Amino acid sequence: MKILEKERIAENLTKFVINAELIAEKALPGQFIILMGWKKGERIPLTIVDADKEKKTITIIFQEVGYTTKLLGKMNAGDSLYSLVGPLGEPTPIKNYGKVIILGGGVGIAELLPVVRAYKEAGCVITSILGGRTSDLVILQDQIKEFSEELFITTDDGSLGEKGLVTDPLKQLLEKNSDYGLVFCVGPVPMMRAVSNVTRPFKIKTLVCLNSIMIDGTGMCGGCRVTVGNKTKFTCVDGPDFDGHEVDFEELMVRQKRFITHEKQSKCKLNKYVKDE
Amino acid sequence: MAKMNPKQVPMREQLPKDRIKNFKEVPCGYSDEEAVIEAKRCLQCKNQPCVLGCPVEIDIPGFVKLIAEGDFPRAIKKMKETNSLPAICGRVCPQEDQCQKVCVVGKMGDPVAIGRLERFIADWEAKQANIELPEIKAPTGKKVACVGGGPAGLTVAGELVKLGHSVTIFEALHELGGVLVYGIPEFRLPNSIVEREVEYIHSLGVEIKKSFIVGKLKTIDEFLEEFDAVFVGTGAGLPWFMDLPGENYNGIYSANEYLTRSNLMKAYLFPEYDTPIERGKQVAVIGGGNVAMDSVRTALRLGAAKAMIIYRRSKKEMPARFEEIHHAEEEGVIFEFLTLPIAYHADDQGGVKEMECLKMELGEPDASGRRRPVPVEGSNFRIPVDVVVVAIGNSPNPLVPATTSGLEIGKKGNIVVDATTGKTSKKGVFAGGDIATGAATVISAMGAGKIAAKNIDDYLKTEQW
Repeated sequence: MKILEKERIAENLTKFVINAELIAEKALPGQFIILMGWKKGERIPLTIVDADKEKKTITIIFQEVGYTTKLLGKMNAGDSLYSLVGPLGEPTPIKNYGKVIILGGGVGIAELLPVVRAYKEAGCVITSILGGRTSDLVILQDQIKEFSEELFITTDDGSLGEKGLVTDPLKQLLEKNSDYGLVFCVGPVPMMRAVSNVTRPFKIKTLVCLNSIMIDGTGMCGGCRVTVGNKTKFTCVDGPDFDGHEVDFEELMVRQKRFITHEKQSKCKLNKYVKDE
Repeated sequence: MAKMNPKQVPMREQLPKDRIKNFKEVPCGYSDEEAVIEAKRCLQCKNQPCVLGCPVEIDIPGFVKLIAEGDFPRAIKKMKETNSLPAICGRVCPQEDQCQKVCVVGKMGDPVAIGRLERFIADWEAKQANIELPEIKAPTGKKVACVGGGPAGLTVAGELVKLGHSVTIFEALHELGGVLVYGIPEFRLPNSIVEREVEYIHSLGVEIKKSFIVGKLKTIDEFLEEFDAVFVGTGAGLPWFMDLPGENYNGIYSANEYLTRSNLMKAYLFPEYDTPIERGKQVAVIGGGNVAMDSVRTALRLGAAKAMIIYRRSKKEMPARFEEIHHAEEEGVIFEFLTLPIAYHADDQGGVKEMECLKMELGEPDASGRRRPVPVEGSNFRIPVDVVVVAIGNSPNPLVPATTSGLEIGKKGNIVVDATTGKTSKKGVFAGGDIATGAATVISAMGAGKIAAKNIDDYLKTEQW
């Protein structure tokens, strides 16, 4: 559970390479881990971005958005995590879907990486669309490009690629030709909803990767429940990938804000922590 | 001989008005003197009905007699011959339905307070500087994996290690104890006591692997290449919900989530601990079992002005222990009997604000022998709520059943087990506790562990399935 490498890959985006022999051996694309940074910490789920069997390591990339991830970002190579469990969740189904469009936004781009690699190996022909608020946040372009026939980039401020949203090139591509076997999207919930709305009229199978609030991650607590096709599903054991045309994104967005008032309290604690430091 | 007191020596408790403001244990335990007086009430019956009433067959008259004689070191030794986890059993076993139910003294007055004496002797030992370890038999060279570190797995591990087998417990969470640490609240079973008992099992030589998710990291089939036998005690799985409109609104928890946040993750100490929990003012807990009582009493301690039990039958049909219901009543929990939730209504932020219910009446007895509750048409009414806890049970954990070849799985997702041996349909694999039976008690899981341990030992010796 030792952090072997730490890298700040963009503003608020941090990468850890962690020593985890057995997880590295078993991890499949799309699976995640749950970690606790310290004894009094929360359990948080993070996608396994890379797993290296030889080096016995896994890689995670996280966005420092709240109390726990900001404090996690203060940990360094040589530090040990309090606990680490995985691999959890169902792996992303990998097969030759023919032509595939992959979309990633923000830290979601990191989560795309193992999936893109596996799709490529399975023979898919990949078009990638990456988006971010600004150029620095469009990470891992080169790695994604390596597996892609085409790569489109959009930024909110136009500092890189086209100014706009990932759904703009997506629409243009589908209007030209809609013979894609799959659209796969990881990013903020509003992005995954928008992408699913774009692909729906084209009836293209669309998978989205959800990042619900979890505790145990083993199908015990039910905190990560999400409505898919009018049925309650559990992201930790039924997902994390679901059919984007069936997910109730409105409900998901509300559920992601469950502890927003607590988060404010924790931020005060973080400010105090930083001051003490 | 002095005339026997028909009453048990009462156990001191925190007063309700004080205890609803803290998470400390409610009963305070017996003093040495109180324990001796209570132990002397035992008649030392020849036919020992109490032992037959105990799922793990503790030599009850034996350890009680030693307490009566003031020989506490031998009393705890006697206890640990059959039960490695007495501090836990003394607190959470439903003694009133087991050993104490058949106690002969109980025919003339109160039965002997066996549970309290069990707790006393375990706590007495914990205060001693040196804890005497039982005899460990010579190593057999056989290896056993216990999957799940809850009451069933801990029992199996404790039994088998004493017989000289090499035992490893694999636990998915970051702490051992299963439901004892994530489910049962601090005020009923302090986590420090579970830690103490786990430490004891560890000191016997059991190897412990935490944060190890069997079914993902290793499968049972892989374990069988490495171990001579595997015991599966993976416990509770997906919580049941009622499939009601609005059930995923914010503020609505499964009991598993609510209790896990508070107990395992210590959300009641937020923000000292980082895991949050909503501190509802109007909390409704749906269900009538022990888990519902634990949840509603947790809600009170988290500051609820109104903590309610919503139960579709009447008080008589509640499956919770009498003591738990009694404690909840003392603490001011409101019981809404014959009430069935049918929908939730939310505020504009998606947080639950009202629970819509129907009144019920009792009809003919159903399959469980209890009178079936029938909705009264048009009796809809709404209860204002800001937190709801759904405590109506759960299915067995799906991970091992889904990833093990050749394992017979029952209709409810449970592993099919021969209850007399703990054997599953797969050679070398045993199972017990909630994963086999669905939600039940700690002691029944320990009883199943005990049976499985004996049969695992036989299997390891004979290699006969």
